[in-house]
Amino acid sequence: MRNHASGTIAAIVATLINIAAAFLIGALLIVAVGENPLKAFGVVWTGAFGSLKGFSFTLYYATNFIFTGLAVAVAAHAREYNIGGEGQANVSGLGVFLVGAMLPFLPWPVAIVLGIVAGMTFGAAWAFVPAYMSARRGSNLVVTTIMFNFLASLLMIYLIVNFLRPTTSMIPASGALADNLSLPRMDRFLLTLGINIHENPLNITFLVALLVCVAVTFLIWHTRWGYELRAVGENRDAAAYAGVHVPRVVIQAICLSGALAGMVGLNEVFGVQHRLILDFALGYGFTGVAVALIGNNHPLGIIPAAILFGALYQGGASMAFMFPKISREVVVVLQGLVILFAGGFVAVLRPYLTEQFDHFFTRKVA
Amino acid sequence: MSAIQNERELQDNSYAVEFRGVTKKFGSVVANDDVTFGVRKGTIHGIIGENGAGKSTLMSILFGLYHPEQGEILLSGALSKIKTPSTAIRAGIGMVHQHFMLVERMTALQNVVLGTEEGYWLKGGTGNVASKVKEIQNRYGLHFPLDAVTRDLPVGVQQRIEILKALYRGADVLILDEPTGVLTPGEVQDLFRVFQDLRAQGKTVILITHKLQEILSITDSVTVLRQGKSVGTYATAETDRMMLATLMVGRRPNAPPQAREPRRSDIRVEVSNLGVKDNLSIQRVFDLSFQIHAGEVLGVAGVAGNGQSELLSALAGLSPPSTGKIRLGNVEILPDHPTQPETIRKNGVGHVPEDRHRLGMMKRWTAAENSILGLHRSDRIEGVGKRIKPSKVGNWCRDLMTKHDVRPANPDLRFGLFSGGNQQKLVIGREIALSPDVLLIGQPTRGVDIGAIENIHAALLAERDRGKSVLLVSVELEEVLALSDRILVMFEGRSMGIVDRADADEKLLGLMMAGLPLADALNEKKVTVQ
Repeated sequence: MRNHASGTIAAIVATLINIAAAFLIGALLIVAVGENPLKAFGVVWTGAFGSLKGFSFTLYYATNFIFTGLAVAVAAHAREYNIGGEGQANVSGLGVFLVGAMLPFLPWPVAIVLGIVAGMTFGAAWAFVPAYMSARRGSNLVVTTIMFNFLASLLMIYLIVNFLRPTTSMIPASGALADNLSLPRMDRFLLTLGINIHENPLNITFLVALLVCVAVTFLIWHTRWGYELRAVGENRDAAAYAGVHVPRVVIQAICLSGALAGMVGLNEVFGVQHRLILDFALGYGFTGVAVALIGNNHPLGIIPAAILFGALYQGGASMAFMFPKISREVVVVLQGLVILFAGGFVAVLRPYLTEQFDHFFTRKVA
Repeated sequence: MSAIQNERELQDNSYAVEFRGVTKKFGSVVANDDVTFGVRKGTIHGIIGENGAGKSTLMSILFGLYHPEQGEILLSGALSKIKTPSTAIRAGIGMVHQHFMLVERMTALQNVVLGTEEGYWLKGGTGNVASKVKEIQNRYGLHFPLDAVTRDLPVGVQQRIEILKALYRGADVLILDEPTGVLTPGEVQDLFRVFQDLRAQGKTVILITHKLQEILSITDSVTVLRQGKSVGTYATAETDRMMLATLMVGRRPNAPPQAREPRRSDIRVEVSNLGVKDNLSIQRVFDLSFQIHAGEVLGVAGVAGNGQSELLSALAGLSPPSTGKIRLGNVEILPDHPTQPETIRKNGVGHVPEDRHRLGMMKRWTAAENSILGLHRSDRIEGVGKRIKPSKVGNWCRDLMTKHDVRPANPDLRFGLFSGGNQQKLVIGREIALSPDVLLIGQPTRGVDIGAIENIHAALLAERDRGKSVLLVSVELEEVLALSDRILVMFEGRSMGIVDRADADEKLLGLMMAGLPLADALNEKKVTVQ
């Protein structure tokens, strides 16, 4: 019953109810296309969690969702909505790639550090212009960050096609990076233990993601900067009264948000692709909004929410593969339902539940 | 009161609106307490009272925005069935709010007909009604260009649009809530002419205001509200400034002066020729000068909305001065050199804001988190620095709570769940915790239960005796008299003079609050005493 416990409990309960409701509607949809929903969901479950291989894929997707989810959450604590995770992640790939291309001799422990620095710097830089325009000039951050997603996409096409693509290649991707830059992967590690899960993208970046969760938690709730960040989000007039430089904190928050989204570049470029490909960040930025919503902007909520979406990505693919009647689109609809219910409708239940829990606690206190 | 009641029995139908025992509570706060009076048809009726006296609440009840717990309202002698603003409009009641309800990008005509367009097509709708609107304009002298975009029109004209809007909807009773607050003196004269035209045409005008001058110059009758109660209804001709001022603020016992440390000679706060504009660039403070010594409380009295809030926010660094100079200890605030609240706090200034909920606290945070708000950049609290340690902050908060008797003494409880008095005790405790040389405090006991008032007053006097300079802004005259060493009275952004506590009493301050400079107020007081 530390930090406003009733609000937290209400948020968790409301989220669980809403996720259940989303699956219920999804079940109706599966019945409508003529399959048994229990069987179908069973396949989603086993696809995502049933095998080491499937689970590794789930965690690989979750890695990116954790980064983009944290990105949205940090800005949301200042009551700013950074919808530009997509573009910030996209541009960060360039930063990570440049480190690899310019310093091909680096061993991976050094590469990962420089990759983090480069990814975060590029992500933050891409967020800075919308941040500045929002905090100092009052433009709408949602609009500018979305526009910057398009700009990022076009910039990356231009750079990859015109400069980074090997002249002999027709594929819109850069040449491969040196092998010594590749981050340690789960499949290789398990192979040394005699377990074969085939080619699998899960790599050490997942552990980095968990560390970043710890760091963000510490930053938001245990530092002066986090205190000011939350003050700005809670009540800007009161924050200014307390001596917080509101626009400055807003800009810093959005840039940090961009930096966190930029970690996706590390996972994809050094961890998985070992090259810079087109649209490697597609969808992660936007799903991050849903992850943050469902995770209630708290790292402890974002981790399960990211795994939920990782499971839907991975298990949904299995479901579409196993049931001919269930097309890929049904899976997308199911993801959409989870976003709609757990993300959008959570606000419907939460105030009511908060009140209920408040009554419960104040009675105990009094 | 009995005379009025007798009169009512004789001529029941002559009242356009009649309140009978109306009571409205918000939680434990009684906003209207058994309010009973009538407004005659075809008159201009004033309702006067200090801020928080319940004027606006009463009119909101009449307009269907609030529902009273007890009592009834009669319209032209019949029991009113008003439940919502739309039924109020149908019953012939129009309201012009303090903040206009106009769509700025629409033309004047579109605003007038908005919501009552005839037909589905707006063009046809406004076309048909233009002549009707013009007729109303001519009848009441409410002239303004119908095609002008509302946002480009001056405030006084926008107000006319609001009035016309109400009349267009068939209002017989027109309520205006503090209509002159945003107007220039010339516009006020125009508005009063409109009132007279309305009265000549048989309409009833209810004017809510806290300005005595307006009541005396335009109304036929006046009802005085004080602390939610109707003190009485009078024919305006039978009243005068003095009488209304006394009725408004009431008679309160003068607290005997208490033993205290004498003030020191050094001047800690110096304000010279200060001018402040609000965020709409309207000047709210004019040419204000005063000084505060160490070990002294300067009280700022005045009816709310006469520039006290803007004065306080300029001193706290929340809005820059437009002219003049402020010196707080070692910090100087100049128009071309505005100073951030952070710097001001660092230099030993504490600030308890007037509006606690908007500025002084975070409702959804815990008490502990609130207990370091504004102090979080100081390095003088254990566990608060670049890194903030929640458990240490909890201890800090618990200490403050014990020291200032905040209940329940639970630092982890959400701050919004505390009562107003306990919130305020913690906020004040926090602001004096690091022993600032200067304390700015606005409405120290607003929304505070009676039990906490004594605590708070004692804490402020203790600060003074420790040699601090305190600037106290309050609309509670009693409070200003109880705490201040000298009293500055503000009226329409200007100083009416500074009175020593020994020379001040409610009558004198009441007159000054009504806009008489100190010398005139002393004269008038002498006259009435004789």
